[in-house]
Amino acid sequence: MNFANMNLLTLSMLLPLLGTTALAFTPKTNVLLTKQIALATTILVALVGILMTVKFDFNKTGFQFAESREWIPAFGIKYALGVDGIALVLILMSVLLTPIVVVAGWHESEGGRWSAKTFYSLLLVLETMMIGVFASTDLFLFYVFFEAMLVPVYFLIGGFGTGERAAAAVKFLLYSLFGGLLMLASIIGIFVMATRYGNRTFDITTLAGLHTVLTPMMENVLFLGFFIAFAIKAPLWPLHTWLPDAAKSATPGTSVLLLGVLDKVGTFGMIRYCLTLFPNASKTFTPMIITLAVISILYGAFLAIGAKDIKRLIAYTSISHFGFITMGIFAMTTQGHSGATLYMFNHGFSTAALFLVAGFMISRRKSSTIADFGGLQRVTPIMAWSFFIAGMSSLALPGLSSFVSEFLVLVGTFTRYPVAAVIATFGIVLAALYILIPVQRALHGPTTPGNELLTDLTLREKIAIAPVIAVIVALGFYPSPLLKIINPAAATVISQQGFTDPAPTISEGK
Amino acid sequence: MVTNNGLVYLIALPLFGALSLLLLGRRADKWGHLLATALSASSFAVGLLQLSQMLGRATENRPVTQKLFSWISVGSFKVDASLLLDQLSICFVLLITGVGTLIHIYSISYMSHDHDRRRFFAYLNLFIAAMLLLVLGDSYLNLYVGWEGVGLASYLLIGFWNQKPAYATASKKAFVMNRIGDMGLSFAIMIAFASLGTVSFTGVKEHAHHASEATMTAIGIMLLVAAVGKSAQFPLQAWLGDAMAGPTPVSALIHAATMVTAGVYLIVRSNFVFDAAPTAQLLVVIVGAITLMFGALVGTAKDDIKKALAASTMSQIGYMILGAGLGPAGYAFAIMHLLTHGFFKAGMFLGAGSVMHGMNDEVNMRRYGALRKFMPITFITFGFGYLAIIGVPPFAGFYSKDMLIETAFNSGGTKAILLGSTALLGAAITAFYMTRVMILTFTSTKRWDDNQHPHESPILMWLPMAILAIGSVTSGFLLSRGSALKNWLEPLFESHGEHEELLSPMVVSSLALLMVALGVAIAVMKYQLSDVDAVAPQDVSIFTRIARRDLLQDDINEALFMRPGQVLTAALVKVDESVVDGAVRGIGQMAISSGSTLRRTQTGFVRSYAMLILVGAAVLIAAIWVVTQ
Amino acid sequence: MSINNYLYLSAILFTIGAVGVVVRRNAIVVFMCVELMLNAANLTLVTFSRINGTLDGQVVAFFTMVVAACEVVVGLAIIVTIYRSRRSASIDDASLLKR
Repeated sequence: MNFANMNLLTLSMLLPLLGTTALAFTPKTNVLLTKQIALATTILVALVGILMTVKFDFNKTGFQFAESREWIPAFGIKYALGVDGIALVLILMSVLLTPIVVVAGWHESEGGRWSAKTFYSLLLVLETMMIGVFASTDLFLFYVFFEAMLVPVYFLIGGFGTGERAAAAVKFLLYSLFGGLLMLASIIGIFVMATRYGNRTFDITTLAGLHTVLTPMMENVLFLGFFIAFAIKAPLWPLHTWLPDAAKSATPGTSVLLLGVLDKVGTFGMIRYCLTLFPNASKTFTPMIITLAVISILYGAFLAIGAKDIKRLIAYTSISHFGFITMGIFAMTTQGHSGATLYMFNHGFSTAALFLVAGFMISRRKSSTIADFGGLQRVTPIMAWSFFIAGMSSLALPGLSSFVSEFLVLVGTFTRYPVAAVIATFGIVLAALYILIPVQRALHGPTTPGNELLTDLTLREKIAIAPVIAVIVALGFYPSPLLKIINPAAATVISQQGFTDPAPTISEGK
Repeated sequence: MVTNNGLVYLIALPLFGALSLLLLGRRADKWGHLLATALSASSFAVGLLQLSQMLGRATENRPVTQKLFSWISVGSFKVDASLLLDQLSICFVLLITGVGTLIHIYSISYMSHDHDRRRFFAYLNLFIAAMLLLVLGDSYLNLYVGWEGVGLASYLLIGFWNQKPAYATASKKAFVMNRIGDMGLSFAIMIAFASLGTVSFTGVKEHAHHASEATMTAIGIMLLVAAVGKSAQFPLQAWLGDAMAGPTPVSALIHAATMVTAGVYLIVRSNFVFDAAPTAQLLVVIVGAITLMFGALVGTAKDDIKKALAASTMSQIGYMILGAGLGPAGYAFAIMHLLTHGFFKAGMFLGAGSVMHGMNDEVNMRRYGALRKFMPITFITFGFGYLAIIGVPPFAGFYSKDMLIETAFNSGGTKAILLGSTALLGAAITAFYMTRVMILTFTSTKRWDDNQHPHESPILMWLPMAILAIGSVTSGFLLSRGSALKNWLEPLFESHGEHEELLSPMVVSSLALLMVALGVAIAVMKYQLSDVDAVAPQDVSIFTRIARRDLLQDDINEALFMRPGQVLTAALVKVDESVVDGAVRGIGQMAISSGSTLRRTQTGFVRSYAMLILVGAAVLIAAIWVVTQ
Repeated sequence: MSINNYLYLSAILFTIGAVGVVVRRNAIVVFMCVELMLNAANLTLVTFSRINGTLDGQVVAFFTMVVAACEVVVGLAIIVTIYRSRRSASIDDASLLKR
């Protein structure tokens, strides 16, 4: 096979599968080799992702690295890939996080029901799916990845998690399947309508014109099918209850991929499918969605304040953050949109940092209850600092990456929906509470008995966490490279919707 | 505007110090404090260089900028990371780096026994960098970065000894209350962008005239909220007293001289907003007046020397806010009081640290007394600060506070009389409680145990105190000679017409001095001429008790916000568990129970299955028959 | 002879078989009743084959007989095994599939 001329997207999806094949021929007893193969593969994929970002031409609109092959011609289904700025950023995030997860969770596969081989095969297959779900430009292909992604995650939680892992995995699966089936119904509906109007295709660029012939009722129903699926994935209040359970039961590495990448499929889908395919319905439902988003922001924050388990706490903070992202998307301003996409990227890294450090803490203390920690700053300063910086990023401290995106979302929302933005801003005070309370309980105060002998981060753990923190800090001060990639795509989506940014009121008055 | 590529070094030097000390860890323990001090001093040197360059330019060319890079650019929302140094920010730069460097020097000795001295210096440098960014940012968003940056540094330093749970709580409280203020700043930025389309100082200033008054009022009020949070003004004042948990040099630098005055900076910097929004301006004055009385009253009842000084800080910043709220007439005096306060309050805090150093970290003034003999240098430097704060001529506070009181009286209308009288009364109370501090600590009879061995502090500690004391003596005179500071800052503010003169400067000065004398006299009678209890008496009036509890600020906050918040959190946790997740689990339960009901038909008896098949077949045939008929 | 008589006979045979399956407990008897029902069906098939003058019905009847023969082989084997292990040929005793 000639790799040099291959489409980079296909290559990045093929590599993990090749890695899985290699794993299949690895002896079960050689755990180290298994891990090395997995790590090498993910690093290779990450390099391909970086290469893609470098080669991406941010002056062009539309999909790049596009590839299209017939798959099931009878239904007009194609294997069609391509990325715009939004998808590229998310793919970049996914492929960068995966090797970090492998390094950080070097021993995660060991407490599982199955062998390390299974663990890393699932992980690599998941990586392929993650890239595919962001890169698909064929609705059917997207659906296949969207649903198939559940399988490796189900086994990763159910087979390698802790506590009530089976129950959490089933809950996750059922929730996702429920949403997925609603979406399937909508997809079939779209296909039927498209066929009726002469376009027997699943190509999303073609389907984007379909809304002109749909009745409002039809469009609303089809929109809801998609939106509910994405709201479950994202997750938006009140469809969020699977997340804390899943995050608590999954291994930290799986949680990173679950919250950092998989949940982004929800918000990504809102942009790519809800807005593009159903602009009128999106407008109809915007007030409702903004309301749900604002509720999520405050609700997630309050529950995070009340959380006693550190993994559940992080999951609840994510619900709050996903509220911000959703709000930014439906605010329909370039600031809100670019901010939301940047937020997705930044949230991936800040949550990764939180979860990984929490994982390090839990693996030492053998407990995830916040009250069991205490005074860690004196015992394990580097671990404490890592947690602190991750927390500061989560509460959007200026100078760290989340601030830029959160502020863009708030400013973007304020210009169109001031009330929502004002209420959402209260979230930043709550954020200070939900981060500083665990920081105080876990890191400050006298050292809790039993913690005196905990060891600080090992070299491997430092190597895993350092790039995450570096990204968080670097993007806080210099987000321009990412914004340059995101801005044109976000502006395209906004203009497709027929929106322009609200002009400053002062110029209207003149 | 003139570009100057040297501005970034002001921030970069201390930032480099903070990062290298934190990243190098224990390896830097031996020399970390020296590096930090040197970097802070070199930042001061850069500041002096900038000042000399600025003095050499014509008035209209004095402000300089430096664009570093494009920070955020989305649609019409464009913010550059760029710095602005003008007549106002240079005052702050010199205050921050100057006083900062002195406090670095002091801390070398003060913290010499602390295991984590390097970390302390890293935080101090971090603070200096963030504070410089705050005053050098050329837009509200850049300011915001510094604004939260100093909040972070303050959090880290208050909680420096966070192994004590109370200290950790104090740092958290400070951060959270500051965040409420920060929210105001976010709102202000959002409103500015939505209605004016810009968030830079120059941009907002250009639009300030033709924007509606409602817009400017909204921005102004939100900026006030921000200032109130950062400067510990009413009603977000409760964190400052607890912030005294931090090491004393921190209290001197952050919670007296620089960070807490950021609110004053913000209001003076946004003069164009407040000039266009009279309502917001009035609120500023009211907040200032309330806080100056609030702080002064709390100060009369505190026995903890640092908390008494903290209350005094709050009160003095109230004066500054009051001045800043008086419009163009008051801006320069607010800044002047801020600068003189920076000297004398930092000096007094360092003095308090010196006393604590000699008294085994005892902070209760009722356990002091007669320390004059044991700590002569501390006594003299503290004394200079004391004379400055109560406003005795020719010490610094006399000039600045007098000007503020005078401006208040001359601001026109009944408002002027109210404000002026409040400020005068505040001066009397200030004189009372500061005299009380002075007497209890230095001149009254000895009340400490014999196992205490008070001693003078080493030179590294008293030298900064002495330099600050010199500042306390001279700065007021220097800054007001020929209205030096006023003329220096004048080009930044809108010129204003002649204001009416209610009382002549002589009358105001005499009144003020009279009030001060009254306050001092009462304090001397009460504490110097009669015995002081070594333990705070409990049979005191209800007013004293309330004042001791900081006028119930914590009780009110707890009752109004904390407890309801906790109840809400607990309720939501329950709701999430039983209602939201309950509904989900309910659906699951329903599926399971309907399954187990249906399962009963599966008895395992072949004959009943056969019966069911038979009946089913019969029903099916009947149904077909009915349909086809 | 009228077609109805054949059909009546086959209905009666079928009913006897069905009732037998439902009411009898002995596995052998139940088994024979099942055979009875199959043969009732065969009778119907053959009847219609004769009346319509085609061979289709008879072919199906042969199929049925072959299937019935196979069924007897398997079924009897099961019954014998159950009898061996449980010492009873009552089908009510063999309700193991319930759980």
